[in-house]
Amino acid sequence: MTDTTFLEYVVFFSAAVMILGGAIGVIILKNPVHAALGLVLTLFGVAVQFVAQEAHFLAAVQVIVYAGAIVVLFLFVIMLLGVDESMDLSIEPIPIQRPLAAVMGIGLVGLVGAAIIRARDSLDINPGDGIATASDTGNNDSNIEQLANNLYGDHVFAFQLTSVLLIVAVAGTVLMTRKWPRDADGRSTDHESSDT
Amino acid sequence: MIAAIEPSWYLLLAALLFGIGAFGLMVRRNPLVMFMCIELMLNAANLTFVALATRLGDINGQTAVFFVLVVAAAEVVVGLGIIVSILRRRPGATADDLAELKG
Repeated sequence: MTDTTFLEYVVFFSAAVMILGGAIGVIILKNPVHAALGLVLTLFGVAVQFVAQEAHFLAAVQVIVYAGAIVVLFLFVIMLLGVDESMDLSIEPIPIQRPLAAVMGIGLVGLVGAAIIRARDSLDINPGDGIATASDTGNNDSNIEQLANNLYGDHVFAFQLTSVLLIVAVAGTVLMTRKWPRDADGRSTDHESSDT
Repeated sequence: MIAAIEPSWYLLLAALLFGIGAFGLMVRRNPLVMFMCIELMLNAANLTFVALATRLGDINGQTAVFFVLVVAAAEVVVGLGIIVSILRRRPGATADDLAELKG
């Protein structure tokens, strides 16, 4: 076993511990702020796995967009609404909900895992054009160049549509959460808060 | 480069992450934490995409992850907007309380 191989194992398993530990933290921690921090741990672990697979651009985007923007948005909403107190997780509102959910979760993992183990031999086929990794080509920008060529070449129309999606999402959210002015009778024209 | 880590290991890790996210989505009642569980499941899908893109030598998998990121951002914006609207009107509401929406 060479040193490089050993290091790959170390990186994989430490990142896997980060991912699974953060994910378990998200679902068992009582305080939503702590759950958000567990989510950050998971997202960083996934970014490490991306680097380990030489998807360097996606690792950077993962940290910037997910850990930098989405989790900050979560924390902002938690603080805005003041819901950062701990919740009592011991009460179970619906009987046998948790055992059923555990059975479903384990069944899901078991099914997918069985499919992966069954199909692992066919993973050896290599039908693509190849990914230009930095270690293969010696060019540090090769991954981002190939990704850019693919995104702005083959998928340019889908890329344009994502801008439409973002505009619609932002406009819809502003429309949904703004406070509407009151009309002449002093009643709110906002149907959501008409009785407050 | 010969990778020591087999792609099926990444896929199994992603399956575990997806299972944890799905379990959390089913048992947690705080809508914000439910949203975080959805993010966990999206990340599991991203990990699968990248593992298979690397293994099959196809850059389209990495492009798909890019689009998943964009859709996740849009989804979080809309979802948190809905949560803010609900919790502003009814502080401390859980997902079960939304059953009141039925006519």
